[in-house]
Amino acid sequence: MMNALREDLTQMNMVVRQLAVDTDLYTLPSTTIRTPDLEPQPVKIKARNVNVFYGEKQAIHDVSIDIPEKAVTAFIGPSGCGKSTFLRCFNRMNDTIEGSRVDGLIELDGRSIIDRSLDVVELRARVGMVFQKPNPFPKSIYENIAYGPRIHGLVRSKADLDEIVERSLRKAGLFDEVKDRLHDTATGLSGGQQQRLCIARAIAVSPEVILMDEPCSALDPIATARVEELIDELRENYTIIIVTHSMQQAARVSQRTAMFHLGNLVEEGPTEKIFTSPEVKRTQDYITGRFG
Amino acid sequence: MSDTSSSLPQQRQHSTIRAGIAKRHARERRFRAYGIAAICAALTAVAILFGMILYKGVPAFWQANVELEIFFDPEIIKVPERPQPQPGQSPAELEKQQLAWERQVTMVNWNRVIKAAIRKAAPDVEIDTKQALSIIETNGRYELRDMFVNDPGLLGQTVTVNLLASANADNWLKGNIDRNLPDAQQQLSAPARALADRLLEEGTIRFAFAWHLFTNVDSRSAPASAGLAGAFMGSLYMMLVVIVLAVPLGVGSAIYLEEFAPKNRFTDFIEVNINNLAAVPSIVFGLLGAAVFINFFHLPLSAPIVGGLVLTLMTLPTIIIATRSALRAVPPSLRQAALGLGASKTQTVFHHVLPVTYPGVLTATIIGVAQALGETAPLLLIGMNAFVAAVPGTPFEQSTALPVQIFLWQGNENRNFFEARTSAAIIVLLALMLALNAIAIYLRTRLERRK
Ligand SMILES: Nc1ncnc2c1ncn2[C@@H]1O[C@H](COP(=O)(O)OP(=O)(O)OP(=O)(O)O)[C@@H](O)[C@H]1O
Ligand SMILES: [Mg+2]
Repeated sequence: MMNALREDLTQMNMVVRQLAVDTDLYTLPSTTIRTPDLEPQPVKIKARNVNVFYGEKQAIHDVSIDIPEKAVTAFIGPSGCGKSTFLRCFNRMNDTIEGSRVDGLIELDGRSIIDRSLDVVELRARVGMVFQKPNPFPKSIYENIAYGPRIHGLVRSKADLDEIVERSLRKAGLFDEVKDRLHDTATGLSGGQQQRLCIARAIAVSPEVILMDEPCSALDPIATARVEELIDELRENYTIIIVTHSMQQAARVSQRTAMFHLGNLVEEGPTEKIFTSPEVKRTQDYITGRFG
Repeated sequence: MSDTSSSLPQQRQHSTIRAGIAKRHARERRFRAYGIAAICAALTAVAILFGMILYKGVPAFWQANVELEIFFDPEIIKVPERPQPQPGQSPAELEKQQLAWERQVTMVNWNRVIKAAIRKAAPDVEIDTKQALSIIETNGRYELRDMFVNDPGLLGQTVTVNLLASANADNWLKGNIDRNLPDAQQQLSAPARALADRLLEEGTIRFAFAWHLFTNVDSRSAPASAGLAGAFMGSLYMMLVVIVLAVPLGVGSAIYLEEFAPKNRFTDFIEVNINNLAAVPSIVFGLLGAAVFINFFHLPLSAPIVGGLVLTLMTLPTIIIATRSALRAVPPSLRQAALGLGASKTQTVFHHVLPVTYPGVLTATIIGVAQALGETAPLLLIGMNAFVAAVPGTPFEQSTALPVQIFLWQGNENRNFFEARTSAAIIVLLALMLALNAIAIYLRTRLERRK
């Protein structure tokens, strides 16, 4: 009797969830996300029941999450829990990995990005990415920034391009340091400068979302502080998702935090709440350093 | 953990490590000694090889020239005036007349002109005509004829002309022949040898740099005038064919296989076979070339185009394999950077990945081309060992190639003379290879500096 009831309940639950997914998809306007100390933010990216496989191995299990617009969302969790994998779903970088497969629903501004009707080039112009290790092109600083606008046909003239390069470098807080050597090779910059160059390069194509996978892990504290400052400034105009192993960093730069473990989303909410009164014990344990 | 309890085992451990250190250092020193010994052995072998080739080949670059006062004697050169264009005459007719005139000039007994000049150079020597002429290379008369055809005004004048000494005279004067051998075993008769010695002493015969080695084609009747121009052009055409075909094909297939091809059984199969192809003996490619290009496509025999095609097949695997490994060595972060910005696959490859691999691809290409340049066996099978006494004007004309020329000269019956010639040809081939390698190194450092 109890068993039957429980089964019914689970089934109902599933139906409701499916309904939620279906209706959300087509009817409901994008909802808003409330975060303390912040205006309610519209949803920029919506993910529902996302599964990611590498061959036979499943790296992400049934993750659903809403990413607010013009805010910083941090992904935290122990190594190998699938943060990078999940992050890569948002600009389909997983496509480049042999044998990977993504299913479920991911929408950017209400438009599905998983089905192949969306051109991946367009998607990546809208969703930029900064990688863990600074990876400037082995070309000049100028060329590094100019490449994106050029391939997307965003510029008409050399003057336009010069302006974009300067603006992007200024936004990344790098212009004053490199303005005299724009045509020197980018690989001659320090690690921190290279990473800011990579951020400038991502900004240059005016994306709406910037994905950052442990952007400070190769940097010293001072460079890290500069990048964090930068992230805070960028929040005004961009939706940012950052993967980090540093709890302090997550606490400093993000408004919302998502905690992952073994490919599952454990908990998600306003950063302050996650760090002060998490609902799940595993989150608490991870944040206080008891595992990870 | 107290000091006393740990110190004993620790000390023991330290002494064990110390004992091991001596052994480790010894091993390192031994290994270094092996390495140095190996390098020394290799260097010695190379030094001996180059030393031998230079020792034998360098003298061949200087050849005996005979400076003669040639009198264009109207008594001997009895030909009419050179036909001039007449009013109302068609160009074809004029050409026909001039050809007839040239034929007459060729019929002139130029040897008599030369003999007269030799007599004048050494008036007191008793020698018969045939013996006197034997110290001049047989192409001498054609040189005089050409001079006269170009300038009929020479008739009745005396001009100083440098003629090549014959191969036998050159040999004798260089001391390549044992001077104590009896007459019966000498190539030149006793009076001719005496004449040559005397002319050398008087300065009429001089050793001069043999430019004709680079400007003349091979010759059998006049071995002293034989040169490498034909073989050089043949090799050059083949190299061009190889570069034009093998580089784009090889680099293109490498890019496709490495970057675009789906990873499945079929591509695995192709990959294995490309590796196999690299190991196929070159003579097999020659057989293939003869069967496919000559028998099936009816391309001309002995032509550089066929040689180039065969060598292209041979070079392709080298270039493909090297390019693929260069592509594979490009760090994935570079691809990610480009893809993450929204570059398409093709843009990523051509804008970012390929430029990084240029130095590697370039080196592979030059090594491949250098290998092709030195290849002989497959060329023998497509008829490039034919005797060709002309510089090929196009890749479709008959020609020989540098390594084949070396092979042919090595087999020439005039051993004494051609031994040095062969080494000289080897020097030219090696110089060409060194030049190729120098270009490769230069381009490579330039490309790498630009990065
Ligand atoms: N290219 C790949 N092929 C196969 N498995 C992969 C690949 N990339 C990641 N994985 C696996 O997927 C799981 C999640 O990896 P992911 O890189 O997303 O973890 P992460 O949370 O980013 O870890 P870290 O914090 O160490 O970067 C891991 O178990 C990993 O082994
Ligand atoms: Mg990661």
